[in-house]
Amino acid sequence: MSRKWTHTLQTAGPLIGLILIVIILSILSPSFLSLNNILNVLRQVSINALIAFGMTLVILTGGIDLSVGSILALGGAITAKMLAGGMDPILAVLIGLLAGGIMGAINGIVITKGKVAPFIATLATMTIFRGLTLVYTDGRPITGLGDSTFFKMIGKGYISYVPLPVIWMLIAFVILLFVLKKTVFGRGIYAVGGNEEASILSGIKAGRVKIWVYIITGVLSAFAGLILTSRLNSAQPNAGMSYELDAIAAVVLGGTSLVGGRGWIFGTLVGALIIGVLNNGLNLLNVSPFFQQVVKGGVILLAVLIDRRNK
Amino acid sequence: MKPIISMTNISKSFSGNKVLNDVSLDIFPGEIHALMGENGAGKSTLMKILTGIYSKDGGTIEVNGATVHFKDAKEAEHAGISVIHQELNIIPYLSVMENMFLGKQLTYGKTGILKTAAMKKETKRRLSQLGIAIEPEKTAGDLSVGHQQMVEIAKALATDAKVLIMDEPTAALTDREIETLFKVMNGLRKQGVAIVYISHRMEEIFRMCDRISVLRDGKYIGTKPIQDTTMDEIIKMMVGRELGDLFPDRDKSAGKEFLRVEDLSGPDLLENVSFSVKEGEVLGVAGLMGAGRSEIVETLFGARAKSGGKIFIEGKQVKIKNPFDAKKAGIAFVTEDRKSEGLILGMSVRKNMSLPNLKTLSNQGIISSKREKASARNFIDRLNIKTHSPEADVKNLSGGNQQKVVIGKWLGINPKILILDEPTRGVDIGAKKEIYNIINELTEQGVAIIMISSELPEVLGMSDRIMVIHEGRVARIIDKKDANQENIMQAATGGE
Repeated sequence: MSRKWTHTLQTAGPLIGLILIVIILSILSPSFLSLNNILNVLRQVSINALIAFGMTLVILTGGIDLSVGSILALGGAITAKMLAGGMDPILAVLIGLLAGGIMGAINGIVITKGKVAPFIATLATMTIFRGLTLVYTDGRPITGLGDSTFFKMIGKGYISYVPLPVIWMLIAFVILLFVLKKTVFGRGIYAVGGNEEASILSGIKAGRVKIWVYIITGVLSAFAGLILTSRLNSAQPNAGMSYELDAIAAVVLGGTSLVGGRGWIFGTLVGALIIGVLNNGLNLLNVSPFFQQVVKGGVILLAVLIDRRNK
Repeated sequence: MKPIISMTNISKSFSGNKVLNDVSLDIFPGEIHALMGENGAGKSTLMKILTGIYSKDGGTIEVNGATVHFKDAKEAEHAGISVIHQELNIIPYLSVMENMFLGKQLTYGKTGILKTAAMKKETKRRLSQLGIAIEPEKTAGDLSVGHQQMVEIAKALATDAKVLIMDEPTAALTDREIETLFKVMNGLRKQGVAIVYISHRMEEIFRMCDRISVLRDGKYIGTKPIQDTTMDEIIKMMVGRELGDLFPDRDKSAGKEFLRVEDLSGPDLLENVSFSVKEGEVLGVAGLMGAGRSEIVETLFGARAKSGGKIFIEGKQVKIKNPFDAKKAGIAFVTEDRKSEGLILGMSVRKNMSLPNLKTLSNQGIISSKREKASARNFIDRLNIKTHSPEADVKNLSGGNQQKVVIGKWLGINPKILILDEPTRGVDIGAKKEIYNIINELTEQGVAIIMISSELPEVLGMSDRIMVIHEGRVARIIDKKDANQENIMQAATGGE
């Protein structure tokens, strides 16, 4: 097979996989392809996708962020408590997002200035942020968020048939696609992940690029937390547990290299869709939730094995 | 005498490109046989076919008169053919002994329990055969590059190697280590081991080798006994034409002082290094490996912490805390190790070239792909970079062309000061001359150039003044007209 062909196949691989899964599921379950169900899947996917988009940037720089689930929980809890205290909803949302950004900045600073490996640094902050969430919420869900339409819209709103979380996901996708392809910052992300030493010696501020990548991930995770809080009309102290794994899985399924420097955000969108479609389809098929995990893990393994083969 | 290896009419194509065309080569026991040619001439491909890494499209390989078909490097090794790669295959965290016996440890029967004492003794014996004393328990990564290479050679000989292929073995060695290596090579020659020696360093080849074979564009050009040929003849065979004077003349004389460095000191090596460079001048930097040459320019560029010293550009003091500051001050730095410091190997030629220069190629942080492509095209043409497309990954280019990409990426910022650290290492002679011409073009434009080189002819041929470094200090700064190999070496070794 010629080089060009292998390349196309490799980049289109995740998409082909997604289409195959969709075809199989629509044969097995007639209700799968209904508009209602598809919009439902997209909405379920949006939270993981938003986190996974941030994770893509982090992984492209050669890092990893395990603290996303905890940031989601604390960001949601902070906004929820302020809403419950009667604060202006727009301000409450901004503060929640800011909190996510600050948590991301902490990750980035510990990793770049403290020279701690991203895995270790974010493993620690994952625990710290989760602990802070428990302290902040007293371990209980925060309810009684008032009845601001603005806040309800974030997670429950629609534009005609399309749920707003899906719109948020698409907006984030388009912006990040542009950032990665067309901007100096995006090029810096690939460069730092491809060869940090050479990037620094080319006068790129690698530390700054990395800190920003974690900040963006923090904001996106907190935003995912707001969507979840809005949908449930409450903030759960244990929200977002193990979401980092789904996000990493989406990134890997999309063909982004865990070593850094190579990958794309479109793949992550497809990866998140694969996970979402599988979840939904297996539910429709009444597969036991225990066995669903086996299937999901198997699909991830299979995807990575095929990817290895092609290389 | 019969050849130990006889390759006849070897051909090989990669995706339609003929990289080897009817190449024949005989290697005799007890000879050091230089294999020469420009980058891309097919030397490495030929050696990879000989060692079973690539399969051949046509031709035959005979070892001791018997036709062989190696399927992988292991089979070649069993037939007595070993390779010492330029990038050493030492596992740094294991001991010398563990490296030596990797994959073939001595054990008590099939128990898997190691015979440590026996392996230790054997390691010591093999190394002392080469005239080297290294403790078998030492961590391999702590050894000097020269010693690591000796461990690899000993390891190869342990498999009863009859043929050793050495790819640029002296590239990372100090002068003293090179002498040791040559002594070992002479010893092996006496024992009847055949050595295929791949190098760009003419002086070494004429000193050590018995015969030279030249490849050009995948074709076999000829084999000459060393005593019947000259460097000029070999160069002509390699490039296919008269190269002319390797170091082209510069007629422009240097202008006013542009960069001045005062008392630059570092935390561990550099002590009060002071020098200046004029507009349009080439300041050569000579010294032994480890003397601190690279450290000086890395500190100047902000890539290494300094403990003291001032930097002035056009008489004004500048603060350089990191490479970003240096770039802003108009300093460009072509690093010594292009693979790990100069290039992002998995990125395209275009993206590598625009990396230091993204600011001028963008508006408000958005890259103009039109300007980026035009800039890449411009430097590819101007520096004569051979790549089938600006979008090709830079890792697919030959060494000389990679080096030109590194130079090109820095020319994009229109530097006022260009630092070149070993600009022609691992670069073939044609590309070398092209790089020298680029240096001269830049001096015409008034760029101040600092050039570190371990090749004395290059330092002497290209510099206006030569700064000799010894143990982190400036030993001497010599004018071109007074400089010769002797007084440079004397200053470099700390003599008066």
